[in-house]
Amino acid sequence: MQHHLFHQRFVAQSDQLRQVREWVRDTAMSCGMSEEQACRVVIGVNEACMNIITHAYRDCSGDIELDILQDQADLIFQLTDFASTMDCSRIKSRDLSDIRPGGLGVHFIQEVMDEVSYLPGSNDSGNVVIMKVRIKVQGAGHGM
Amino acid sequence: MECNLRTEGQFTVVTLSGDVDLHYSPEARKQILEQLKANKNVLVDLSGVSYIDSSGIASLVEGFQLARNRKLQFGLVGVSEAAQQVLQLARLDKIFQIKDSIGDFINQ
Repeated sequence: MQHHLFHQRFVAQSDQLRQVREWVRDTAMSCGMSEEQACRVVIGVNEACMNIITHAYRDCSGDIELDILQDQADLIFQLTDFASTMDCSRIKSRDLSDIRPGGLGVHFIQEVMDEVSYLPGSNDSGNVVIMKVRIKVQGAGHGM
Repeated sequence: MECNLRTEGQFTVVTLSGDVDLHYSPEARKQILEQLKANKNVLVDLSGVSYIDSSGIASLVEGFQLARNRKLQFGLVGVSEAAQQVLQLARLDKIFQIKDSIGDFINQ
């Protein structure tokens, strides 16, 4: 049974990211997530938003929807954009031993989340990123 | 984000503070690369950084690479916990020269 905790639609612009990070952090901690894990989850959602701004929309304008759901001990972050549908098979992490700027976002998301899915949006447009993480409660060394 | 410059010994110290994210990292990148292109050794003080994303890290990597190409010194000082967390995620915490204080670089 999933509980819808949060929904917000915002403009896909870099000046919105600070607010997005606050929404994610506040919602995660309101579920009892440890501050340490909330910081890591914020990194993942921020990077996913950055990828939408810089790759999905590129020079176009558009919106992003952020939905946060709780499914028992899991927190689910869903980002929906309305840009052209991307080839999800091209979204890959890169070799980190190659020291160069860029290309770290997908790696960060994979590191901080337990599961990540990239899906085409409904009606053959847009994209959906679904990131799932098991909640680690403040003061506990394991999942709840 | 705030970005301030000052000279300490043979280094230009670029102090970044606040959130170094996609919105502000172009300014950090510009300041770091400008100093290196002027053949200055650069230290980036990250002690006041509350958040840094992959675009901010990319600016540091660009500085690291340009310094290496120009045979200049480039290092990070007083890395905050938030910045350290992201450097570790990027596996860059062992690549950059990182010291607690500017004096540690000047005296080395």
